[in-house]
Amino acid sequence: MTDSPFPVGHVVLEIPARTELVSLVRLVVASAAEIGPDMAIERVEDLRVAVSEATTNAIEAQVESGSQARIGIRCAVSADEVVVRIHDEGGGFDPDGLRALPDPGSPERLEYESGLGVHLMRALADETEISSTPSGTDVRLVVYSSKRSPTR
Amino acid sequence: MGPWTVLTVAGELDVVGGPDLRQYIMTATQAGSSHLVLDLTGVDFIDSFGLGVLVGALKRTRLAGGDVRLVIPEPRIRRVLEVCDLDRVFHIVETVGSATGDAPPGENP
Repeated sequence: MTDSPFPVGHVVLEIPARTELVSLVRLVVASAAEIGPDMAIERVEDLRVAVSEATTNAIEAQVESGSQARIGIRCAVSADEVVVRIHDEGGGFDPDGLRALPDPGSPERLEYESGLGVHLMRALADETEISSTPSGTDVRLVVYSSKRSPTR
Repeated sequence: MGPWTVLTVAGELDVVGGPDLRQYIMTATQAGSSHLVLDLTGVDFIDSFGLGVLVGALKRTRLAGGDVRLVIPEPRIRRVLEVCDLDRVFHIVETVGSATGDAPPGENP
């Protein structure tokens, strides 16, 4: 792992694809992020939500595909950022194929009971890379310790 | 209190807690409550799953001529809604009193 020049810490988790474990992943990643000396508290919150989305997607993808593989979560904390990689062996999806959100004033907006997860990841993390194939998905999230990306 | 039914919600509104909330709301709407105040003061965490349940509740109550108001004093939780522009879809207030006390039901923002 060479994500960061001065790593404060690395945390690696491997979990079975069970939704009950999403809260554990959030807890571990947020606790690891708090090791970072300059990590602003609201950035930890952004990270918590982004990681929850990626982990939930990974678990659901594997449950759907029936894969028994373990889901890997690797977290690298350095002084100025936290990098989290989430790997699953589910069926994949097209991250660019997601529809744009309709205007909040439009009644169509109420059809969006799901599909907000990737939107949230991209909005809350400073960098979001998703590479997905039919044999699995890798998500890389980077949250900077102080700068918060604009809300909208 | 008028016609508003207040549901108090606590815990984590994610893939685990979200379905419980959906069931709680379903029970209330089936009992005839279409004007719901969801008091999320005790919610520690929300992600897209929880947001989806809230949107589902709004859709369901509006179909019945009602509405949903959210009580969210915590900026951290409110921010997750703001990032998805849901602060422009829901009527969000900071206290249960201001959710039930002002405008008459049916008057959507």
